Amino acid sequence: MIRCNGLKKRYGTHEVLKGISFDIPAGHIFGLLGPSGAGKTTLIRILTGQLSYEEGEVSVMGKRPERLSGKEKKGFGIMMDSFGLYERFSCEENLAVFADLYDVPRKRTGEILKEVGLEEAAKRKASDLSKGMRSRLQLARAFMHTPEIIFLDEPTSGLDPQTMKAIHRIILKKKEEGCTIFLTTHNMEEAAKLCDEIALLNEGTFVEEGKPEEICRRYDHHRRIKMHLSDGSDSEFDRDADSAEQIYELLMSGKVVTIHSTEPTLETVFLELTGRELEEDR
Amino acid sequence: MHNIMVIIKKQIRDTFKNLTILIQFVLFPLMSIIMEKMIKLDNMPEHFFTKLFAVMYIGMAPLMAAASIIAEEKEKNTLRVLRMADIKPWQYLAGTGIYVWTICMVGAAVMSTELDASERLFFTGVMGVGFLLSVVAGACIGIFAKNQMKATSLVMPCMMVLSFVPMFSQFNGKVKDAAVILYTQQLRNIFDEMSLKAFSGTDAVILGANALLCILLFVLAFRKKGLE
Repeated sequence: MIRCNGLKKRYGTHEVLKGISFDIPAGHIFGLLGPSGAGKTTLIRILTGQLSYEEGEVSVMGKRPERLSGKEKKGFGIMMDSFGLYERFSCEENLAVFADLYDVPRKRTGEILKEVGLEEAAKRKASDLSKGMRSRLQLARAFMHTPEIIFLDEPTSGLDPQTMKAIHRIILKKKEEGCTIFLTTHNMEEAAKLCDEIALLNEGTFVEEGKPEEICRRYDHHRRIKMHLSDGSDSEFDRDADSAEQIYELLMSGKVVTIHSTEPTLETVFLELTGRELEEDR
Repeated sequence: MHNIMVIIKKQIRDTFKNLTILIQFVLFPLMSIIMEKMIKLDNMPEHFFTKLFAVMYIGMAPLMAAASIIAEEKEKNTLRVLRMADIKPWQYLAGTGIYVWTICMVGAAVMSTELDASERLFFTGVMGVGFLLSVVAGACIGIFAKNQMKATSLVMPCMMVLSFVPMFSQFNGKVKDAAVILYTQQLRNIFDEMSLKAFSGTDAVILGANALLCILLFVLAFRKKGLE
């Protein structure tokens, strides 16, 4: 559905994307993780035909993005933080403008507002909405015309956990409906939860890519098991046959309060690969 | 045509919510009717206030409205959302221009109720030409300006020149000589006579040059911003 091969993009002499390649099959959620300034938004803008590029091959729905006709581009749903709302319009009116543009029946605006949990705020002006509600309205606008591909640029950035959860539910529902979703985020938990595949972008290159759990396993160098015991102490063991007996004994003693393996998170993988944290620039 | 209609519909919906623009549309027709009804002085030219406010209306409302609507849409990044929904820049500008022009024409029709029935059609026709030039000029400013604040700061001096210079030209011959290059002054002269009898070839050339300049600036702005 979306394919990139050796994509390069420069702003003047500064190379923002340094030859990245990936392939997203239809119906998948692809997550792009990286700190601010890594080139995530630039990539979305290239994929949606808003920005040109210098080198490489890019194909979206089988065509170069800049060659997609207006009608074909209507198959995109885009939610970018920088995309604004009509502040004087109510939620309903905001969606109505785009319902008219996409030839979507007006009753769909009510359905979609219900879907994103803004049914009761339908008549409220966009300027009076909270950040979470605005994000949900932007999300509703992005998929009200049931697009084939949805581009989401940090859809949950700065939102409370409850709104974040609601947005995750909506994204997963869209995936179930067959949408291909391209998602950028700082949030590794979000990426691990939602994405079929992810890529870690740092200074314009992919430093790692694959399924989130596979990436974590790939960097599980220490292979340790951590226990918290009822006397308040912590114990760590190697995950091997030698430690099995000790672990068994502790478990049988009934002193174990918690036990877990210590696979790295995407955050720690990113830190290991780049020496920087995903959210350090925020 | 569908996309242009969507833009017009959106703007109509916004008319009563955007007080800044609404005031621009309503103020001059309202003022002209009130003044015309309330102030009657000896030796005052016929329909003095209607003609005075008509020129001010041409020089202010469409200029401010077009520039401010376009600049706001750029500033709030809603224009980009429209672009992604397959609205071409020319469609957006046409929709906005048609909307501003039409609303102003409604205002002109209201103003014309103070005139003799035989003059009404002529008056609104001339107003229509003036609005057209002002809408194009306003769109140029809207395209160039990065945000509403910058648009306002660019529109203000243009509005002052286009609206006030023809007004002052009534009281000062030198100002009138200088103001002759402005399309608002040319339209003012036509309103004074309420006919094209006194409208010479030179006046037509000046009006044409104004139109050409507005279109040229518009094309330049359009190209400079890569909107083609």
